[in-house]
Amino acid sequence: MANQATTIFTRPESLNEVVTHYCPGCTHGIIHRLVAESLDELQLRDKTVGVAPVGCSVLIYNYFNCDFLEAPHGRAPALATGFKRLRPDMIVFTYQGDGDLASIGMGEIVHAANRGEKITVIFVNNAIYGMTGGQMAPTTLPGQITTTSPAGRDTASAGHPIRMSELLATLRTPSYIERVSVHSPQHIIQAKRAIKKAFTYQSQDRCFSLVEVVSTCPTNWGMSPTDSTKWLEDNLLAYYKLGLYSEPDDEEDS
Amino acid sequence: MAKILMKGNEAIAEAALRAGGNNYFCYPITPQSEVAEYLAKRMPEVGGVFLQAESEVAVGNMLFGAAASGKRVFTTSSSPGISLMQESISYIAGAQLPCVLLNIMRGGPGLGGILPAQSDYFQATKGGGHGDYRLLVLAPSTIQEAVDLTMLAFHLSDKYRNPVMLIGDGMIGQMMEPVEFPEKYVEDELPGKDDWALTGAKDREKRIVKSLFLDPLALEINNHELYKKYELMKQNEARYECYKISAKNKVLIVSYGTMARICQTVIDELESEGVSVGLFRPISLFPFPEKELRKEILKKNVGTVLTVEMSMGQMVEDVEKVAAGAKPVKFFGRTGGIVPSPDEVKENIKEMIRQDAAPAKRTRKGK
Ligand SMILES: Cc1ncc(C[n+]2csc(CCOP(=O)(O)OP(=O)(O)O)c2C)c(N)n1
Ligand code: SF4
Repeated sequence: MANQATTIFTRPESLNEVVTHYCPGCTHGIIHRLVAESLDELQLRDKTVGVAPVGCSVLIYNYFNCDFLEAPHGRAPALATGFKRLRPDMIVFTYQGDGDLASIGMGEIVHAANRGEKITVIFVNNAIYGMTGGQMAPTTLPGQITTTSPAGRDTASAGHPIRMSELLATLRTPSYIERVSVHSPQHIIQAKRAIKKAFTYQSQDRCFSLVEVVSTCPTNWGMSPTDSTKWLEDNLLAYYKLGLYSEPDDEEDS
Repeated sequence: MAKILMKGNEAIAEAALRAGGNNYFCYPITPQSEVAEYLAKRMPEVGGVFLQAESEVAVGNMLFGAAASGKRVFTTSSSPGISLMQESISYIAGAQLPCVLLNIMRGGPGLGGILPAQSDYFQATKGGGHGDYRLLVLAPSTIQEAVDLTMLAFHLSDKYRNPVMLIGDGMIGQMMEPVEFPEKYVEDELPGKDDWALTGAKDREKRIVKSLFLDPLALEINNHELYKKYELMKQNEARYECYKISAKNKVLIVSYGTMARICQTVIDELESEGVSVGLFRPISLFPFPEKELRKEILKKNVGTVLTVEMSMGQMVEDVEKVAAGAKPVKFFGRTGGIVPSPDEVKENIKEMIRQDAAPAKRTRKGK
């Protein structure tokens, strides 16, 4: 009886055993794992198509063990719409950064949500353009220094950061929208619960679902991973409040 | 099947359905909105997908996603809308997916006008998006031909896993003509889609549909693969039609689409006046029927080659390339939505013949 080994932690089947290209301390890796665990637990992997963004996570298709499409910058929700409409029996998710989703892809995400496409969007908000080297994003905080806002984001000319979850929650079409974070084990557990719920809603053909994950970019924020986590908690979470923004049952049925 | 009188746009829509093109994404734009209106009614009857998107940018990308399923997908638009689709067209070509696009061209540049034009020839045949890629481009000149080529477009796009674009001017979309649909659309056998369509990684390795190749060698290989396909298209898919080509022709007209039809009227009228003119009408604009056109141009009797277009002169550059100096190539065109009248073209040809016959003027030096 003693010494009998039981496996309590393994790599999800939905992830490939490969080394990722993400910087040390980057939260993309954690978020990938949460998506993969959800697909495994809901047994969706072999009928799932992911849609990769343009951004640091463009190579996500190498890390996941499911079919993938690679979209032009910002257009993942349009590709997902096209595919899902033809294959409503399959599960389709996009994985997008904040430049991808909230800037160049603003039109596609708003209309996919408004049409109530039965897709799941994993929206990784790190308040900066990671891949291109740390330029200002629509989500960059007021005063935040980036390579294209060297004096800090000036809201007089760049406007205020866009809160996507709040914005999308104003749409009348039923949806599931929740903002989570992955900066502590407790938050990771909550994030997992939200991601799994999003895929569950999709597999029940219920509604459009989006989980916004407030994330870090130690490299372009110019901080250590631990300082990044602290900065996220003190600054990003003050502006991007965690919580549930929309549930399908919220809407009046009419 | 009996002939029925149909508007071009509607006939094209029906032809797509008959060819199994049951998945349609669109955004309204004149002069082709009737396609969407027709399909909004018809698509539910055939159990297909009809979606009016928020923009042509989205339409192109929906096509991209939808095409990855392996099912037949298409869109229709007009010039400014087609410009917005160039991003996705480049990606779809790079990822080697099939899809069909129809451009009912209107005058440009910019918002231009809403009347017929042929000024998107460069965009369609030379690549309006970024990167080394080609579309297979077909140009009908009657509604019946629009029906036939629409059906063929789906076949060719599956055959080559490449986007196929049909281009017609506003006349093709708006005109009514009797058309006949085949009882059943019969097509040659096509390679299966089992090795590339995304269907879920069940009992097989996962699949990726992408145009990203970060390794320059891999990207170069992808480009070579694409060009091998384009070479095959050049060998197999050049299409054209000749009208009243004979050893008596003094002038050879090269023209496509509606413009070619007007030229046929001109040729008939000139014939009754004793002037012999022939017409070479490219049906595939890419691949351009180069060899075939060159053969006609080189015929001894042909003095001048005249390209007639509803543009400032775009296809004429390909005609010049084919002629390669062997014969003079001239151009006549109207644009902005103006369709040249047969009389105008006729006068132009007569003037050309007069000039050709006149002895070359000497320029005197001094007095
Ligand atoms: C049409 C187009 N414009 C610009 C780019 C360059 N580009 C690549 S990634 C990127 C920003 C990505 O930022 P984000 O979406 O926030 O993702 P992150 O890299 O931070 O994960 C940009 C602008 C592109 N690839 N395509
Ligand atoms: S640049 Fe930022 S977002 Fe991109 S991998 Fe590095 S830490 Fe992550």
